[in-house]
Amino acid sequence: MIYFDNSATTKPDPNVLDSFIKVTQDFYGNPSSMHDLGKNAETLLRKAREQIANLLSVSNDEIIFTSGGTEGNNLAIKGIALQHQARGKHIITTQVEHPSVLLACEALEELGFQVTYLPVDNYGRISIEELENSITNETILVSVMYVNNEIGTIQPIEEIAAITNKYPKLFFHVDAVQAYGKIPINLNIDGIDFSTLSGHKIHGLKGTGLLYIKNGTILFPLLHGGGQEMKVRSGTENVAGIVALAKAMRIQLDHLNEDQKSLVEMKSELLRAIEKIDGTVVNTPTENAAPHIINFSIPRLKPEVVIHALEEHGIYISTKSACASKSPDKSSVLVACQKNDEVSRSGLRISLAYSNTLEEIKYFNQKLALVVNQLRKGIR
Amino acid sequence: MQYDHIVVRYGELTLKGKNRKIFTTKLGENVREKLKGFSNIKVNKNRDRMFILLNGEDPEPILEKLKDVFGIGSMSVALKTENDEAAIKNAALELLTKKENVKTFKITTKRSNKEFPIGSQTFNHVLGGYLLSNTNDFTVDVHHPDLEIHVDIRNDATYITSEKILGAGGLPVGSSGKTLLLLSGGIDSPVAGYLTMNRGVQLEAIHFHSPPYTSERAKEKVLDLAEKLTYYGKNIRIHMIPFTALQQKIHREVPHGYSMTVMRRVMLKISEAVAKEENILSITTGESLGQVASQTMESMHAINEVTNYPVLRPLVAMDKEDIIKISEKINMYDISIRPYEDCCTVFVPKAPKTKPRLEKVLQFEAHLDYEQEIKELLANKEVIETSSLRKKSKEFDDLL
Repeated sequence: MIYFDNSATTKPDPNVLDSFIKVTQDFYGNPSSMHDLGKNAETLLRKAREQIANLLSVSNDEIIFTSGGTEGNNLAIKGIALQHQARGKHIITTQVEHPSVLLACEALEELGFQVTYLPVDNYGRISIEELENSITNETILVSVMYVNNEIGTIQPIEEIAAITNKYPKLFFHVDAVQAYGKIPINLNIDGIDFSTLSGHKIHGLKGTGLLYIKNGTILFPLLHGGGQEMKVRSGTENVAGIVALAKAMRIQLDHLNEDQKSLVEMKSELLRAIEKIDGTVVNTPTENAAPHIINFSIPRLKPEVVIHALEEHGIYISTKSACASKSPDKSSVLVACQKNDEVSRSGLRISLAYSNTLEEIKYFNQKLALVVNQLRKGIR
Repeated sequence: MQYDHIVVRYGELTLKGKNRKIFTTKLGENVREKLKGFSNIKVNKNRDRMFILLNGEDPEPILEKLKDVFGIGSMSVALKTENDEAAIKNAALELLTKKENVKTFKITTKRSNKEFPIGSQTFNHVLGGYLLSNTNDFTVDVHHPDLEIHVDIRNDATYITSEKILGAGGLPVGSSGKTLLLLSGGIDSPVAGYLTMNRGVQLEAIHFHSPPYTSERAKEKVLDLAEKLTYYGKNIRIHMIPFTALQQKIHREVPHGYSMTVMRRVMLKISEAVAKEENILSITTGESLGQVASQTMESMHAINEVTNYPVLRPLVAMDKEDIIKISEKINMYDISIRPYEDCCTVFVPKAPKTKPRLEKVLQFEAHLDYEQEIKELLANKEVIETSSLRKKSKEFDDLL
């Protein structure tokens, strides 16, 4: 099996899974319990938090553990909107965000907030000037993803932070779910107030993730209760999942430091082969794009058909983001990039992990050419 | 371009006369211990300097570790090039342009290798001129340069150094004997420990705990603090004193206004006994004048009376804010503020005397016989080494 759908989810690392099982079995105490079992769980939780803070170069009390990317994005956006609506009711985001950002914003529109959805250029990138021009006295939040989940575009996060930093009441949230471990990211810069990460995209487990919250920023909680996670996110801590997250993050960062080249190499090998096939359109930008996502269209071939044909050769890739949107047959990200209807309808996404190999890429390239050739015979 | 070695300059210990060797030897030991994980390096030293030969290791993580070694005044990284004019020029140019916040520079050449064809004065001008004509934003300032580039042309090669990185200063830990630190788990005592280490003192710690009134978490907090302190020096032994029975007795038999004063006296007496047993010559506390009831001038007078031992109080004249700043700097603060009760807070009377009178204290104590209890708790004390803690926490670390 060749698994190239790592932006949808990843296979848990066996070492991560070992930790998860061991903690679940041996350290199942509630960290809030007074006794020894509780103390051990609390110590583990603290150590995991310290390690993660260290990996991100932020402070321990700036990490809030969540159930994943969707929760992190919702907590940042709704948490700011509800807490700080007295300062203004305007939010800026982009047209190419993950649905957990877009639909959280749409929900807030129903509560009386105004949302600006910034357009993007052909490469999926927003314009800094347009962003700055959209900021009004009423704006309280800017939310922009670091790496686009469908086409891999890297947004100019540091430039955006330089702008949001000029406006004291403006918060900036970065959805870094697809960025962590794939490109070097620095959350600890002036202007960035929140960032969302997810465990299962980096060989951790589903149901794990975190929101980085810059010190002193107050959010309206989505979950009220026992006051865990500095009262921002109540609920008994998922200690085993959090330990697994800490381990997955450490391993992923090691890979970034040592193996990023291999991702880049695999990606260019793929691009070379895809471009060789007549009529294909590569949607992933050549510059400022993450090294693990390749999006391309084969006009006039239905993407589901290509996917199933590849599946017969044991290859797993995907179409647009697994999370659907308004127009069911087109990718809203590709539409936002002003791709024509045919290209928007036929987008395919390959997303790599460090565990993939050049051999797999070569096998894939061969099979892709074969499959396209066969399928094209079937259309007039 | 290749970094060859790190020059380590001694701090205050260069002021030592005939004893200097004792200090430099200690510093050498401490540096080797600190850099144990770097297998390629070699540490050489002489009277004035220490040289850490990198043999290919990256200097950055090494410098990071050395920043916290007491006794080091400053450090510089040295580049090694061939004794070749062009090579030296290239290396110096790279060094200059890589530095941030530098506008002015100065070249100082030393030429012990007389086969090198250009004299040192002339070479200053040649190299300076080369740097100026190949850059835009720099000027030469021989009096107050932002960056002084030293070029040392020797027989084997040329060594180029520039900025000095400030060391931790102070004296090498272990060169000034040992002290017994009263480690409570609060903010002050670890800072006091850190500051005595800065003066070359090695630490042992004593902690009073009163289970079940104090929890395992409170004990763990103290052990975590001790473990953090080892980063600045050596392994620390912690004497854990089971204080419950004696504390209950004091609470029962001494009028409440004075129970705190008597408790402190007893703690100091026990500390002295432990210090004597371990051949430790002083006791250190985190007391700061006027901070709480037990730290007023009157309290210190009444409490200190119980011992002839020197009681070091490095924080005595410091403001709380400054103590907190140090605590944060040395990464103790987050541990210190974990909210668990220690033995000093569980039995605290509602209104402890802030101005206890010694004669009253002595009067109350006359009826209190605690020698037997002290003997027992000394016999039952638990001694924990920070090195053993690391083994314990390894189980957790492996999970992460």
